[in-house]
Amino acid sequence: MTCTEFLAMLDDMIDDSIVAAETRAEVEQHLRKCGHCEVVLNTTRKTIEIYRSHHIYELPYEANERLHEAIMARCKAKRC
Amino acid sequence: MRGITAGTGRLLRSLGPLRPPSVTLMLTGGDQKPTRDHFPHPTAMSTIQSIAGENEHPDVALVERARAGDVSAYDTLVRKYERQIFRIAQHITQNREDAEDVMQDAFLKAYEKLDQFQGNAKFYTWLVRIAVNESLMRLRKRRSGKMVSIDEDLETEEGTVPRDLADWAPDPEQNYSTAELGDILRRTIQGLPRGFRVVFALRDVEGLSTEETAEALGLSVPAVKSRLLRARLQLRERLSRYFHRRTRAAQRKSGVET
Repeated sequence: MTCTEFLAMLDDMIDDSIVAAETRAEVEQHLRKCGHCEVVLNTTRKTIEIYRSHHIYELPYEANERLHEAIMARCKAKRC
Repeated sequence: MRGITAGTGRLLRSLGPLRPPSVTLMLTGGDQKPTRDHFPHPTAMSTIQSIAGENEHPDVALVERARAGDVSAYDTLVRKYERQIFRIAQHITQNREDAEDVMQDAFLKAYEKLDQFQGNAKFYTWLVRIAVNESLMRLRKRRSGKMVSIDEDLETEEGTVPRDLADWAPDPEQNYSTAELGDILRRTIQGLPRGFRVVFALRDVEGLSTEETAEALGLSVPAVKSRLLRARLQLRERLSRYFHRRTRAAQRKSGVET
């Protein structure tokens, strides 16, 4: 397996969606001998994990409550 | 009031005549698939759902109750998803005020259209689709009526070949304060084309599946996959500048002199 072929499988690796045992073995074999691809895999995984665990657009509690109340008030008004 | 920073002033792709906002997403592009294809036939789905019975998603019952006039059931749904919807809107509009408006309008629109919601999509996916549409309309307003799509600015110089191959520190985020890290993450993702950013946000941050992301954006599954790979690699490349093993910031923090 070449680095380009590995890269094409990167998302499948990350999402753990490689079903074929043969393909999985090829990927793992490539990873054992290619440090660069190993770095790309690990740092891409880390990229996702960081964005998943640090929500960068979080509404402060008060703002969220204000908006929630506004939404519900508008919904209730629709029903009348 | 913050302005839109990314993409302004660039040539916007013309998308043809606008449809009324409630009809469908205003998305076009080579890789778009007719939205109808994403949905199984309603009657087929209701059969599947009745067979699923006990395993049905808890939202199904809440939507039923809300439809029947139970506002508290809708309140529960709003509570459950409001933060996600806000974040998605902010990812697309990159503007706090717009995201707040989108959050309100999306939930109101969903409420008005509950009767049109068919159990063939998850309520959350359906809601995200409405929020994406509302976000694009909000952007269009900002740009005084110019067309805005999820597909613009996709052609970037950055390809998918990783260039920065140095490893990262074991827990690179620990070298920064929460505020610094937030700045880095925001700046990094804001530099991505909108069409990549939103796919990454839906698929990797907010936890939609590839199929759900495709449905919410009106894109084909292959298009979502290709954008996701490029988004992940571009973010990785950009974050590498900050997260390399032994960054200067890390050295400063830990007092290590080199």
